[in-house]
Amino acid sequence: MPVELLAFFDQLWLARFPLLRGLGLTVAISSLAIVAGTLLGVFVGLALTYGARPLRWIVRGYTDFVRGTPVLVLILASFYVLSTVGLHLNAFQAGVLALAVFCSSHVGEIVRGALLAIPAGQTEAAKAIGLTFRQTFIYVLIPQAIRQILPTWVNTAAEMVKASTLLSIIGVGELLLSTQEIISRNFMSLHFYFFAGLLYFAVNFAIERFGNYVERKTSLPT
Amino acid sequence: MPDLLEIRDLHKRYGETEVLKGVDCDMAKGDVVCVIGSSGSGKTTMLRCINMLEEFQGGTIRIDGQVIGYDVVEGRRRRKKEAEVARQRALTGMAFQQFNLFPHMTATGNVTLGLVKVKKMAKEEARGLAEQWLDRVGLLSRKDHYPGQLSGGQQQRVAIARAIAMNPKLMLFDEVTSALDPELVNEVLQVIKDLARDGMSMLIVTHEMRFAYEVANRVIFMSQGRIGEEGDPREMFVKPRTERLAEFLKNSTFH
Repeated sequence: MPVELLAFFDQLWLARFPLLRGLGLTVAISSLAIVAGTLLGVFVGLALTYGARPLRWIVRGYTDFVRGTPVLVLILASFYVLSTVGLHLNAFQAGVLALAVFCSSHVGEIVRGALLAIPAGQTEAAKAIGLTFRQTFIYVLIPQAIRQILPTWVNTAAEMVKASTLLSIIGVGELLLSTQEIISRNFMSLHFYFFAGLLYFAVNFAIERFGNYVERKTSLPT
Repeated sequence: MPDLLEIRDLHKRYGETEVLKGVDCDMAKGDVVCVIGSSGSGKTTMLRCINMLEEFQGGTIRIDGQVIGYDVVEGRRRRKKEAEVARQRALTGMAFQQFNLFPHMTATGNVTLGLVKVKKMAKEEARGLAEQWLDRVGLLSRKDHYPGQLSGGQQQRVAIARAIAMNPKLMLFDEVTSALDPELVNEVLQVIKDLARDGMSMLIVTHEMRFAYEVANRVIFMSQGRIGEEGDPREMFVKPRTERLAEFLKNSTFH
């Protein structure tokens, strides 16, 4: 084995705890943002699809604004701007909030698209047997919408993992920042950035496999 | 004795276009009424007003004495609450041109959904009733199949079973064979004929003239948002009283 590679493994072993902590934080931030963003996004999607006019306009404004803003700006804003109005979030909280908001606007559009893609006849058939709107939504629309949403949602979840690297800017010690700190000690930038890249890939690959699994489990026989 | 269905002066507009211009229609229990007419004449719209899938702007519809959809409070017409509208929709059953089966449920699941959620029936009981009706439409062996695994004709028969199992007072059929391949039409019409023999009250919008002739005890010919002519098909089809009906029949095929 080349000497250089041996040196890398040596350094990797030394840096194992900071790296694991970074990876753990990346996973924690992404999961929190995805869960919160998805929950919020479902409401955003509902408001966009069925909301009364003023509500729909407000939510439409929210999604357009958030989607038209770079994530980095959202992160900086939630860290620096919110504190000027008395809302003091630490870097981790501010970062998760920004990512969740970003995620919610995307999930909102996905949910809206999926609900609109269900033929009107489905709602009519549900009405015709006397189901209320709430029952129609729970038993007829959601099960069909979820199957539509899943592939795009997996995509968004992977985007969130990638976007979490931006939290390094406000000093959250996620995987990218811990990698940079390690590199500043051993100067093995090529190796460690490559290794960090592999870890990000592993996380997103896991998300994708999980998505495929759920898709297979819920697909309808034809 | 009150009529099963009583429509008085029904008006329906889409924006500026008036599609129903004062329709009256009565049905007694056990009647099988077929509605014919060219597309755009308002047949389907009338059907959809009866179960409030469409709002209507004037006139009244009564089913079994109940006023459908709207209350008049201090001279002003107001739509009934959604829960009440939902309850009234269960008075009728409807089969659609595009079947509209729920694709994520088996045939049995499609039939039991309304029984369990609307009729609050126990699951076991609902399943028993569903199987009974699927058997009636000849599809008991397909009870665990999903709509995607069934032919068009089979899907439509499941859809009819789903509607009938709710025990409606009146069945509405909206061009239920129009989306089917010709060789699948008969199996669906046969199911409807069997229901007619059992005394089910049915209002059927159809383009199948031969079927209307055979199954209906009354035919309504709609033309430009009004009822153009109505009567016994054996007289109407042979000797139309109006020019319009004569013209329509000439352009229709009997097969």
